[in-house]
Amino acid sequence: MKLELIDSESIINIPLFLDRVPAGFPSPAADYMEERINLNSTLIKHPDSTYMLRVEGNSMIDANINDGDVVIVDSALAAKDGDIVIASVDGEFTVKRLKSHPPMLMPMNPDFQPIHIGDAQDLQIFGVVTFIIHKAQ
Amino acid sequence: MFALVDVNSFYASCEKVFRPDLAGKPVIVLSNNDGCVIARSAEAKKLGVKMGELYYERRNYYRQNNITIFSSNYALYADMSNRVMSLLSMYAPRLEIYSIDEAFLDFTGMAHTFNLEEYGREIQSTILQRTHLPVGVGIGPTKTLAKIANYAAKTWKKTGGVVELSDRSRQRKLLSLIPIEEVWGIGRRISAKLRVMGIYTALDLANAPVATIRKTFGVTLERTLRELNGESCIELEEVRKVKQQILCSRSFGKKVLDIETMRKAVCDYAERAAEKLREEKQRCQIIGLFIQTSRHASGEDYANSTSVKLEYPSSDTRDIINAAMRGLDSIWRDGYRYYKAGIMLSDFTNSDITQFDMFSTQKPFKNSDELMKTLDTINNSGLGKVWFAAKGGDSGCQMKREMLSPAYTTNFDELPVVKAKM
Repeated sequence: MKLELIDSESIINIPLFLDRVPAGFPSPAADYMEERINLNSTLIKHPDSTYMLRVEGNSMIDANINDGDVVIVDSALAAKDGDIVIASVDGEFTVKRLKSHPPMLMPMNPDFQPIHIGDAQDLQIFGVVTFIIHKAQ
Repeated sequence: MFALVDVNSFYASCEKVFRPDLAGKPVIVLSNNDGCVIARSAEAKKLGVKMGELYYERRNYYRQNNITIFSSNYALYADMSNRVMSLLSMYAPRLEIYSIDEAFLDFTGMAHTFNLEEYGREIQSTILQRTHLPVGVGIGPTKTLAKIANYAAKTWKKTGGVVELSDRSRQRKLLSLIPIEEVWGIGRRISAKLRVMGIYTALDLANAPVATIRKTFGVTLERTLRELNGESCIELEEVRKVKQQILCSRSFGKKVLDIETMRKAVCDYAERAAEKLREEKQRCQIIGLFIQTSRHASGEDYANSTSVKLEYPSSDTRDIINAAMRGLDSIWRDGYRYYKAGIMLSDFTNSDITQFDMFSTQKPFKNSDELMKTLDTINNSGLGKVWFAAKGGDSGCQMKREMLSPAYTTNFDELPVVKAKM
């Protein structure tokens, strides 16, 4: 038996047309050929500054971020009012919605309290959440 | 104009990216097998941890000072390095990756359109924002001066980590503050010789007579002298130089007394050397092997080496193991306590087309390249390890990595955790 290891990065998708190609006459479908969807390039704009983190906890369920989900985070984006961000607060990463005036980190679950960003607190924005990956099963 | 950009305490900084609890705290990273210290965060340096000090000798000190210790996590460092290099490549038309954590950028033609110091600060803040790694930037008219500017950026806090050195009088002033052994390409031996000649600082060398330096030390140091005076002599190397030799050697934890144990060790080195050879996309024809007893041990001394020439250039692990085994049979002597062995591959070619000897009895293995590629892919995937039976079990040779951090960026099952609990 012959075994061959397939490197998934190098797979080339070749579309197969259902119409037969008449010899001597070009296929009218050729103009409509498109590339297949590539999730990497669709979900990740800046590969060099994109990270994935796994979420633990329920304070963001109204933003559709649930316990166990994976978030795609882009550090190239400047966080603005209303963005969902990853911030490090007191030595821990937390995911919250950013409110600029006054500066606050808002949970998206009525059971949790907003975090006021005071001078005392050490806060760093790690990046902006761009996509949420939720397992359906 | 050139810039040298490097990441401060690279390995330690990588470990801190996904551990916000370690911000401002001392961190060290250990070498393979948790042997000695190979990286220190600024806080660990301040506590007096030295490069290369032995972990087991100082572990109590680390514990007492709350220093966080990591085994080296090359999957993480390689990924972070790729991110930094790829970002840097946006800032200059040409880039030379000098090591895992530093690169030269060629700013030729940009000096008139850009304020290079501001540009350097922009590079610094972009890398920090996007990779969370702190970098230092040194800019100068030659690679040697860029290195010195970078050294200054590291040494003096007031610079904010960026030094631009196009001004001649600033160059001279800085050169007078740089000890000769800190100059790029000057080793300890040469700097000792220079000191005897009364050359103590980079400026002393820059002012030395060119002819004398060339006559005494050769053209390499002459080039350094010219570079210190602002004359660019060392080109950017966009393509990494191919290694001419690959060496794999280690001293044993326990002395080796029998040939069977030695075979396994040699086989392990052969395997790793062959892997490195394929990484370099080279084939080799000469396989050197040495074994030796400890010079300090009482009793008789024995050290010997041999080299085996292959009939065709190969990068197949099986060929290299075979040659090493033949070599071992010819130099092995019973009755000694061996403490070290090693393998050296040399005589490289990168050609796929090989002229075979008409009378050669040996032929390359069929599908050798495909098999080796498959092996390397499996072993690099982190999923499992395939090895040659001659090595015996993997147990004896496995790396000690007791304080390994997760592969945060390269393994979906080891992603960093973000809390949604507050």
